[in-house]
Amino acid sequence: MKSMEALRKFSRRDQVFDFLVQPEPPDLDLSHNIILYLEGLNKSFDGFKAINDLNLYIETGELRCIIGPNGAGKSTMMDIVTGKTRPDSGQAWFGQRLNLLRMDEPEIAEAGIGRKFQKPTVFENLSVIQNLELAMAQDKRVWPLLTARLSGEQRDLIDEVLDIIGLGELAAAPAGKLSHGQKQWLEIGMLLMQKPALLLVDEPVAGMTHQEMERTAELLTSLAGKHSVIVVEHDMDFVRSIARKVTVLHQGSILAEGSMAQVQADPRVIEVYLGE
Amino acid sequence: MRMLKIIANDKPGSRLLLALAVVSVAVPVLNLLVPENSVFHLSTYTVTLLGKYLTYALLALAADLVWGYLGILSLGHGAFFALGGYAMGMYLMRQIGERGVYGDPLLPDFMVFLNWHELPWFWHGFDQFWFAALMIILVPGVLAYIFGYLAFRSRVTGVYLSIITQALTYALMLAFFRNEMGFGGNNGLTDFKDILGFNLREDSTRIALFLASAAALVCGYVISRYIVSSRLGLACVAIRDAESRSRFIGYRVEKIKLWIFVFSAVLAGIAGALYVPQVGIINPGEFSPLNSIELIIWVAIGGRGTLYGAIIGALLVNYAKTYFTAALPEIWLYALGALFVVVTLYLPKGIVGLRNLRGART
Repeated sequence: MKSMEALRKFSRRDQVFDFLVQPEPPDLDLSHNIILYLEGLNKSFDGFKAINDLNLYIETGELRCIIGPNGAGKSTMMDIVTGKTRPDSGQAWFGQRLNLLRMDEPEIAEAGIGRKFQKPTVFENLSVIQNLELAMAQDKRVWPLLTARLSGEQRDLIDEVLDIIGLGELAAAPAGKLSHGQKQWLEIGMLLMQKPALLLVDEPVAGMTHQEMERTAELLTSLAGKHSVIVVEHDMDFVRSIARKVTVLHQGSILAEGSMAQVQADPRVIEVYLGE
Repeated sequence: MRMLKIIANDKPGSRLLLALAVVSVAVPVLNLLVPENSVFHLSTYTVTLLGKYLTYALLALAADLVWGYLGILSLGHGAFFALGGYAMGMYLMRQIGERGVYGDPLLPDFMVFLNWHELPWFWHGFDQFWFAALMIILVPGVLAYIFGYLAFRSRVTGVYLSIITQALTYALMLAFFRNEMGFGGNNGLTDFKDILGFNLREDSTRIALFLASAAALVCGYVISRYIVSSRLGLACVAIRDAESRSRFIGYRVEKIKLWIFVFSAVLAGIAGALYVPQVGIINPGEFSPLNSIELIIWVAIGGRGTLYGAIIGALLVNYAKTYFTAALPEIWLYALGALFVVVTLYLPKGIVGLRNLRGART
């Protein structure tokens, strides 16, 4: 009987063998206007639940702010999206077709998710322009890199990004000599060079002066629309100045979601975060 | 065209290449054309010594490429040098033929001595120079590929990587010390007679080997300079300074590390192959971890991450070594240690860093 059961599996007409299934074409499908799906994500570290049944959807072209107290799972969520950490369970999809949990870090970066870290990490010994050149979306295999030269088009893109981040005059300076704020912008510029569809920006204004903060706000709002942007930030003034939609994370899951005014009025949010 | 432009932009490097070219012309002239009783005559002993320095310089260049530009502190680069040397040594052994002490047409002396009756399988083919030349490139290259593949894929970095490279060369040393390995045990391979039909004792052969070493060094330098000036070179520096960041930008860190490491190992192997006919012997001592560490000291003293610094460091330290070990043999190791400490403390950019210091002050 058992062998009959096993054989029946092969006679099913509603499916084909796994090896006959064509691999899904790995392109970004945004037909449903949602660029990032996180569904039922769970992740614990040594028993501590960093992410607890998290569901999050980001629309195409949206600028979303994520706030939450320390340990709310913001960084872990970013790690999962960029492939640095694997969740214990749940789903993460980029567009309709790209399963992020099956891709490694470079693949995810290539597919169009760029991440800016909390601490600005630019390549200090290289010039601003070289930093951008390296970050550019390009064939990053060894041999093409060896023979690669800047094309006119690529030069234009670099100039354009230099313009957006306002570092045109410092193009030849070593990145290590830049101020803290300038490094943050350079990093955003490096993200833009990859022409990402989705930008993850981790605490962009930490340690910035007020003017630098204003410029960063301008920069980020100008990016939304062309790119989808997720900003994780502690500074409430800054969030207020840029946010259209805010998500509050608490203990690894979503506590509230909505406009800044709605979120601020939510009693639970006030209790865990804003009220303290 | 692009190559020329890169070399022209590299001022200290092009000066060094020019100096090498001048030396390559001057040495044969001074050795072969100037009469022996003249003050300007260069003895063949000195020519061979200079040739040996040049192979060391090539080895240092190889180490600087991975250490200076990728941050891989390999303390086992001597292993690739020695493997290249052994491949050349096996060819030279097969060339001895019947002229060995035991006069066996096929077996090298040490095999006859060990009562072996057949040539081990891995000695076949080494009677042909082309095969030996292929092995000089392949053996270090393949070993570096396998080692690098495993190490870089597992993301072993920093001091842990240094320790396993050290273990690699130590393990090879122990293996090559064994007579059963078939590489001559602790005596190694020696008593070479000729190379490509030319007598190794002839002055002209010595000059040719010297020139070959100089040519290999120039080629090695130019190719390495090309690599570090390309976008791949930028990526290397990026990986050295912020590895995980480069990974997020989408660089296959393991692959880049792997291929640069393999290229570096091949350069080291070629250096070893040129070294052996000039010194006339290769034995397991070349695998000694100390050699690999000393090599890193040359690079550090010369100036890491510049390529020309490694060459200058190798030449200067080895000249000093020759001088001191003859004049004051007890002092040499202390002097080397002191030099290393002084350079690390006061000249983090090595000797070539002095130039920039002077430039910064004026």
